[in-house]
Amino acid sequence: MMLSSKVDYDLLREVEQFLYREARLADDRQYNDWESLWTDDGIYWVPANGADIDPETEMSIIYDNRSRIALRVRQFYTGKRFIVEPPSNLRRLVSNIELLESEGEEIKVASNVIIFDSATRGDSVWACSNLHTLRRVEGELKMAFKKVVLVNNDKALNTISFLI
Amino acid sequence: MNEKNAASKWGELIHTDGVSGKLYNDPDIYQEELKKIWYTTWVYVGHESEVPNKNDFIMKSIGPEPVIMTRDRSGEINLLLNRCSHRGNQVCVKNKGNTKSFTCPYHSWTFATDGRLMGQAFPDGFKNADKTKLGLGRVTRVASYGGFVFGSFAETGPTLEEHLGGAKETIDRLLANSPSGEIEITAGYLQHRVAANWKLMVENETDGYHPGFVHASVFQAMDSRINELYGDKSTSLSRDYGNGHTEIDLRPEFRKRDEELSWFNTNASRLPDYVKQMQEKYGVEKAREIMIDGTPHVMIFPNLFIAEIQIFVIQPISESESIQHVTAIQFKGSPDINRRLRQQTMGSVGPAGFLLADDSEMYERNQLGLQAQQPAFTYNGRGDHRERLDDDGFLVGDSTDDLPSRGIWKHYKKMMEAQ
Ligand code: FES
Ligand SMILES: [Fe+2]
Repeated sequence: MMLSSKVDYDLLREVEQFLYREARLADDRQYNDWESLWTDDGIYWVPANGADIDPETEMSIIYDNRSRIALRVRQFYTGKRFIVEPPSNLRRLVSNIELLESEGEEIKVASNVIIFDSATRGDSVWACSNLHTLRRVEGELKMAFKKVVLVNNDKALNTISFLI
Repeated sequence: MNEKNAASKWGELIHTDGVSGKLYNDPDIYQEELKKIWYTTWVYVGHESEVPNKNDFIMKSIGPEPVIMTRDRSGEINLLLNRCSHRGNQVCVKNKGNTKSFTCPYHSWTFATDGRLMGQAFPDGFKNADKTKLGLGRVTRVASYGGFVFGSFAETGPTLEEHLGGAKETIDRLLANSPSGEIEITAGYLQHRVAANWKLMVENETDGYHPGFVHASVFQAMDSRINELYGDKSTSLSRDYGNGHTEIDLRPEFRKRDEELSWFNTNASRLPDYVKQMQEKYGVEKAREIMIDGTPHVMIFPNLFIAEIQIFVIQPISESESIQHVTAIQFKGSPDINRRLRQQTMGSVGPAGFLLADDSEMYERNQLGLQAQQPAFTYNGRGDHRERLDDDGFLVGDSTDDLPSRGIWKHYKKMMEAQ
């Protein structure tokens, strides 16, 4: 059902806590814990050249199925993923959290994120609007889908040396 | 500067086994490169399939300069400069599209997709003007090979085919892997900005010495046989085609494996439709040979890198900044392999790619390291004792040798010495 103007505050709080935890794990580079937030069929998508491209015909910055998410995380742990040697310092703010839809066990959530990234190359700010589909698995919320739309994804971007 | 001085200046900066660090970070040298390389030689601009229909256009570049690639009403490809001939406004602010004409927003002059001036607002005021001379600026020469469109601002000089020389065959080899004989560039580009000089990229694309180290994380994290190709026991070759074009030729290793599609890290049973198409086109024997050899790994100087399954277009922005435009190659009419070509490309390149992000990290650290005054020269003499000629008369070395780098600098020196 579409959510009415009446907000389910308990659910909102739970979703907020989830998004904050995800942000903290990514900022602190706790990759395994971050990976454990995913469902078994998770899709992690960072489109390029707009928000509404078709990832099945056009290039995306990231378009990972669950096994590629695992590979992404494993690569960080090899000690030879040079984009994190040394890692940049990160801190992100998550805001504008809005419950869009809640149907059965799945909840669609919109949010905005600003990331401050202090790297060897210099300091930069990343801004994105995110869309999560969260699913309750054995009582716990998990990510089944995460879409990150960088506001400048139609321009040339620096290396994204972290989980965005 | 007379010819002798120019020769000695560049001779001081470029030795046979290394080059001055200045070549990567001096803004005056960068300006001179724009003039003598980017605005002189043939530069890759875009692919014909990016403007499939009449009146299609797409924004491209030659060096830092924007260029509008159009297909005009007669089906010809034009490379136009984005500057109104009236007072210089940009006539195109969209990335791509289809239009009958470009109308300048400032005073409404209108240009056809071939650059001709079609109309001027309030035409009575232009009694003395010669309309035929007021079209959009254009890249002087346009030519294409295998669908790859190149432009040159030089009025005379070698033809595109002369410029490509031996590297032409690598494009043929790419096209042979497409059952239709054609490729398409239709998946859109990722644009990856790196804080590094463009030549660090050109050199790295055919540097077979680094993959085992820089990409060790991928080889460790996943099942990949790429590592074998670039070890010091590998029978792969590095090759210098002249004119700055260089290649890592992996065919000897693939032929040893003797497996179809091993070049693509897959096998025939995974892509039955594609294999069938290839067999229908070439017959079983010939198809098998092509599918064992695979596509090339070739750097066409100064900006087109054909990397097996993807193309990179290197764009310099300043002496210390560049953009790599990357996209998947698509074989026209072969959807099953195309999906895989896109998926693998998305995984490996772009700002978050499993492979290229680490390469970019290396370019950026090179750029920082090269600011140190000492040692004044880099070293690229690896394998100079084992350079030899192949059957076609091109210099070859082991795949881990610095032979491509030496070839690139030899050509660079020649271009920079020219007046
Ligand atoms: S600047 Fe284009 S019409 Fe005046
Ligand atoms: Fe590399």
